[in-house]
Amino acid sequence: MISGIFHSTYEQDMALRHTHAQKIRLAILIVFLLVFPFLANRYYLTLANQIGIAVIGAIGLNILVGYTGQISLGQGGFMAVGAYTAGILTARMGMPWWASTLVACFVTAGVGAAFGLPSLRLKGLYLAIATLAAQEIILWVVTHWKAVTGGVDALVVPNPELFGIRMNTDFNFYWLVWALVILVTFASVNLFRTRFGRAFIAIRDQDIAASVMGVDLFKYKLLAFAISSFWVGLAGALTAHYRSIVTWERFTIDVSVLYLAMIIIGGLGKITGSYLGAIFMTLLPAVLSNLGRVVKGVFPGVEGIIPFIQQATFGLVIILFLILEPEGLNKIWKNIKDYFRLWPFSY
Amino acid sequence: MPSEFTSTLNSSTLEAGQTQLKIDGLQLNFGGVAALYNISLEVKQSEILAIIGPNGAGKTSLLNCISGLYHPQRGKITYFNSSEHEMTHMKPHQIAQLGVARSFQNIELFRHMTVLDNLLSGCHIHMKTDLFSSMLYWGKAQREHIQFRRFVEDIIDLLEIEAIRYQTVGSLSYGLQKRVEMGRALAMRPSLLLLDEPMAGMNSEEKEDMARFVLDINEEHGVTIVLIEHDMGVVMDISDRIAVLNFGQKIGEGTPDEVRRNPVVIEAYLGEEHSPYPLRSKL
Ligand SMILES: Nc1ncnc2c1ncn2[C@@H]1O[C@H](COP(=O)(O)OP(=O)(O)OP(=O)(O)O)[C@@H](O)[C@H]1O
Ligand SMILES: [Mg+2]
Repeated sequence: MISGIFHSTYEQDMALRHTHAQKIRLAILIVFLLVFPFLANRYYLTLANQIGIAVIGAIGLNILVGYTGQISLGQGGFMAVGAYTAGILTARMGMPWWASTLVACFVTAGVGAAFGLPSLRLKGLYLAIATLAAQEIILWVVTHWKAVTGGVDALVVPNPELFGIRMNTDFNFYWLVWALVILVTFASVNLFRTRFGRAFIAIRDQDIAASVMGVDLFKYKLLAFAISSFWVGLAGALTAHYRSIVTWERFTIDVSVLYLAMIIIGGLGKITGSYLGAIFMTLLPAVLSNLGRVVKGVFPGVEGIIPFIQQATFGLVIILFLILEPEGLNKIWKNIKDYFRLWPFSY
Repeated sequence: MPSEFTSTLNSSTLEAGQTQLKIDGLQLNFGGVAALYNISLEVKQSEILAIIGPNGAGKTSLLNCISGLYHPQRGKITYFNSSEHEMTHMKPHQIAQLGVARSFQNIELFRHMTVLDNLLSGCHIHMKTDLFSSMLYWGKAQREHIQFRRFVEDIIDLLEIEAIRYQTVGSLSYGLQKRVEMGRALAMRPSLLLLDEPMAGMNSEEKEDMARFVLDINEEHGVTIVLIEHDMGVVMDISDRIAVLNFGQKIGEGTPDEVRRNPVVIEAYLGEEHSPYPLRSKL
């Protein structure tokens, strides 16, 4: 709990980042983001880029699931819509990468809203099943609409260029993706400072009361699906341009589950939760595979079972997290902040 | 609908005493059981109308019909604002747009929001900033927020909840939650305020506060109030008129004195107790 900070005007009170600690943390973060690519090797840059895309996708999913309370298992499908739209427009119609990315966001928002229609009648697990259908339908279309998507074959996307500079080298893409991460973060944080975001949370907490306060449930649930999918589509489109190749295997139900795990472990209904979850779920497999390599060196005999141990560890860590801190990494982060806010008077 | 913000909490355009809500031959069935049977009732601008009756009489169902959560099988509900609105089949959010606000018998706050955000979400129908500006949160969106933040601050003063502004409502006591819920309804600048047992489960001090707030809202801001309450002391004290329901039917209506002397009403309550204020035996 904050104590000793008093705001005399509403304007001050409402300022986006209103404590010194927050300003300092933000400054550190920005300096780190600016310096990191010059110090990191290619491997770490790749990881940073993956995390950036995951953060955008996780913020998108969190808006729908964490903030609005509409469970979705369609994340992989919606990312596929973004990736294939961007890929097809650039590869087959020669649209510039940034234009196809923008179009992909809108197309995914539309597809998301359409598959959000069942949410007007279904809740909880029933909605989860309906969005699972969305996932399956989208992947079915992707793999069967050969003329447009290329079916099960990979769709090759030309390298994105800006003023003659290739944008999908790890170093250049880093700037692109993290600029977008910051943009998406600010837009999303702001959203929850206005009637739109409050309406979403109201629907999650108490939909009947929300409707009696004048929130049109039909409109706002679809809007939550659309905004969420807009960001998810962006994550998909970025994947397409970064990899220069789009394949359906990248967007299976596993991806939907992975992203759900991200926001649950990170923290539902918290933007920082999306960050922490994306970082955690991207780094954990990397750490495990590095550990695997070390173990392989020490005990050459166990080589065969290392992938299984890795998967089991992955699952185990997630389960442990959920048991020890059900509110997610964000809660742990909050506890650390609270500790230092009162430091050295904390006890 | 008035677009410019005034300091008053009341958005009605009627003169005191004009008919604001007209309920005509309302019938509501739940699988063959009539929860409401042939109910007719008028609510006048700026009055406090209490609805009383034993458990299961249909009081909450009646409010639910007015706010569009239940749709009656028969009958008509008409609302008068600047014009006449037939709202029998409107959706809850459309009825809210007309300025009908309410609280619930079992608190239905947005539990994870702060008190402030709960009140601000009550302003939903009056906020106009578009999605893009909202995400930018610059200029227009910010100005709108400040304007409503000021307005909500008046409600906080009125209900004396300054100290809990930033608290998450889920962590508040029952009595305070009831108060915040009324505040959220007030944030709609209601033309008609429906309160479902605003004092239930409170101690006598909290009840007194609540009664004072209800009177304030009615007398100083002229807000019409329809109130369901079981505490007969409070009901007789603060209401201008009382309607009595029993088994889904209206069995009496009038001033507190008239209702107290109404033989049908006394008859209906005789089974419970024999005192002059027998109308509430159980909470
Ligand atoms: N959604 C519903 N489905 C089925 N029956 C209902 C429903 N809502 C109310 N009822 C029934 O309608 C009747 C009236 O209920 P209502 O809640 O309106 O009573 P009430 O006067 O508010 O009682 P209380 O003083 O206990 O709050 C009861 O018999 C109740 O069981
Ligand atoms: Mg009731």
